[in-house]
Amino acid sequence: MARSKRGGATINSSSMADIAFLLLIFFLVTTTIANDKGLTLQLPPNPEDIVQQDIKIPERNIFKILINSSDKLMVENNPMQDSREIRELVKEFVLNNGVNPTLSDSPKKAIVSIKANRGTSYEKFIEIYNEVQGAYYDMYAARAGVSNKKWREIASKTSDPDNKRIYDEARMDFPMQISIAEPNKLSK
Amino acid sequence: MGKFKKKTKADPEIPTSALPDIIFMLLFFFMVTTVMRETTVNVQQRIPKATELRKLQRKSLVSYLYMGKPRNTSMFGGEPKLQANDVFIEVKDVIMWVEKEKSKLDEVERDQITIALKVDENVKMGLISDVQMELRKANARKLMYSVPQRTE
Repeated sequence: MARSKRGGATINSSSMADIAFLLLIFFLVTTTIANDKGLTLQLPPNPEDIVQQDIKIPERNIFKILINSSDKLMVENNPMQDSREIRELVKEFVLNNGVNPTLSDSPKKAIVSIKANRGTSYEKFIEIYNEVQGAYYDMYAARAGVSNKKWREIASKTSDPDNKRIYDEARMDFPMQISIAEPNKLSK
Repeated sequence: MGKFKKKTKADPEIPTSALPDIIFMLLFFFMVTTVMRETTVNVQQRIPKATELRKLQRKSLVSYLYMGKPRNTSMFGGEPKLQANDVFIEVKDVIMWVEKEKSKLDEVERDQITIALKVDENVKMGLISDVQMELRKANARKLMYSVPQRTE
């Protein structure tokens, strides 16, 4: 009886924290946080499956963005320095609804065309593509009455029926038509 | 004096018995939220940043394709290359690679495969458009430019 009183039978747990720390540091070093975010894009079908037909799209319904091999911009036939201006121009173009004769008839008919050169850097292309998509997201967000960030969250989670409804409503008759044209071959 | 004596009764040490629990909690958080690096990327990856990002709906449907200048330029040259699953591939092999990746998925989900491109900022659009053309031929038309968030 005297024995059990003397020895408090506890395991010394002071090094537990050290062990846990060691494990924690191991996981911190060996792992990377999963990064599954990016700019989404839907490619057109296989060129061999497309029946060639000449569809005449009026000039006013196309918003042309050209990027040359030295990353210089040309928007609607005007050279441009600052790519951030594109966002407002795209919005103005899409939401014109036939008012200005040089801009689009309706959002449904509006097409934004991005044409890069084979020598254009990926960095510049992403910068431009980001602005154009951002312009569309801004417009959808305004239609849905939410912020741009919230809209992107909704659009990323259409499995939720509520989100799906908001998503479909905002995109009704308002498609995101961004055309990424094939770059010209340097020699034909 | 009696008043002061009362104070000295309080144990001046901070109890550390909860420390292991806190650390374990952190440990579990990191264990759950992180994934082990699967492939060693052998190409330079300085990826441009963007703001208008969207999250992928299903991570299991994503296959990564890396592009950039090889890290070991003396061995593989200085021209941008494609890397898929630890090996360098040519543009013409993209269709075959896509088919292989598709075969890993369930039959019903095969046409929903998403290709995530991780491209170095200095890669030219010529190479990217060639790859995109191959992806169109392979009928893998969901594409994502995997880029990090730009903070302003």
